[in-house]
Amino acid sequence: MTTVKSKVTIKGTKDGLVFLMDDTCSFDDLVADLREKIEHSHQQILSGPLIRVSVKLGKRYCTPEQQELLTQIIRQRGNLVIHLIESDVITREEAIAERLKSRFSVRVNTVRSGQVLDFDGDLLLLGDVNPGGIVRCTGNIYVMGHLRGYAHAGITGNRDVIIAAAVMNPTQLRIADIVSKPGEEWANSFGGTEFAYLENDTMLVAKMNYLPRIRPELGECKLGD
Amino acid sequence: MGIGIVVTSGKGGVGKTTTSANLGTALALMDQKVCMVDTDIGLRNLDVVMGLENRIIYDLVDVTEGSCRLQQALIKDKRFENLSLLPAAQTKDKTAVTPEQIEKIVTELKRDFDYVIIDCPAGIEQGFRNAVAGADQAIVVTTPEKAAVRDADRIIGLLEREKVGMPKLVINRVRSHMMKNGDMLDVEDVLDLLAIDLLGVVPDDEHVIKSANQGEPVVMNHEARASIAYRNIARRLLGEAVPLMKLEEKQGVFSRMRKFFGLK
Repeated sequence: MTTVKSKVTIKGTKDGLVFLMDDTCSFDDLVADLREKIEHSHQQILSGPLIRVSVKLGKRYCTPEQQELLTQIIRQRGNLVIHLIESDVITREEAIAERLKSRFSVRVNTVRSGQVLDFDGDLLLLGDVNPGGIVRCTGNIYVMGHLRGYAHAGITGNRDVIIAAAVMNPTQLRIADIVSKPGEEWANSFGGTEFAYLENDTMLVAKMNYLPRIRPELGECKLGD
Repeated sequence: MGIGIVVTSGKGGVGKTTTSANLGTALALMDQKVCMVDTDIGLRNLDVVMGLENRIIYDLVDVTEGSCRLQQALIKDKRFENLSLLPAAQTKDKTAVTPEQIEKIVTELKRDFDYVIIDCPAGIEQGFRNAVAGADQAIVVTTPEKAAVRDADRIIGLLEREKVGMPKLVINRVRSHMMKNGDMLDVEDVLDLLAIDLLGVVPDDEHVIKSANQGEPVVMNHEARASIAYRNIARRLLGEAVPLMKLEEKQGVFSRMRKFFGLK
């Protein structure tokens, strides 16, 4: 009998067990081998105190249903707790969504009264934001136009972001949870190219040439973010 | 095949109906076949401004409900044989018709007329959606006031999503002396914010109120400054390049003399 390469390799690490799944065989073979190991051959290792389990799928894509099946098989052993299921591959849709999230988006339009522009990540808007228009972003907002409306950067709570505008004349600015309107901390805004940022929970507006001093890290390339 | 043009503004009272009536009449005076459609169901005014109220037999809702044929509901203006009006119903409300029904009527009208001018109600609800449904182009009317410009901006945003595309702007009721003193938004300010093509600027003119009350559109009065402005707008719609008229009121001999002596 030729030795068949094991489809499921179980390794012990200091964080618990790692199940390495072969990614070249069929899913059915994988399930069969996993059942065999869990239910019959590896009784001794797989009993005892609670153990954290990480499942590594390699370059195999598993649908949520398939992942559920693997989970169920492993859970038959009461002492095995699944910590994470990891795959080196994702679907095209997930990849696109991921890219949109972490990347910098460019938009070309005028945000008019009553319109809302919502974005994940940083936004470069080539156009005006009119009074009553809203721009909201998890990251930084750069408006290459007249900002007359309402801009909210860092909507998920990031306080290091900025709002920059070619012509800064907003109705209201928000960074994270700090709300500010002209005439408060930054009454001396002269409507030129400026940016708003937070310092000690206070919103300040400065001319663009102060940006390198105040937020030098903005120029650094963000990879894998 | 004619062109459907919707006249809209968002805010009420800026002069949609006046603009519709005068633009329609001005186009008819230039030998275009024009039909005006009032979509302000429940608050119809266009017939009053045109002085055709007492000739209404059937209305828009009668047509959509099938109580009459479209031709029966059209009122021919006796002053200009090229001009017809499809009045709105006064007893129903905006939900009495659907955008599809209006689109069908306007498409039918476009076969017989060169221009179908659709008078839109104020607001952004069903009435607006009805009015926009059949239009190929849009004219946004605003006055040089912040609130009116804000609403015009909102309307332009909504129109961009419809097939009518970029609308053209009419700035109504402009008072040149207030603009000069900075008490009123400048034409430039309005254009800078709305960023659409300007079709015309209509000065604030008492003749407009007077003629509306008499049921005669101001365009018929050749002296009135607003009349010239509306006729210029119609000419621009027909593709002529007409320069914007000077907004300053004509100065009398006395005021010119006073200015000469430096008394203001």
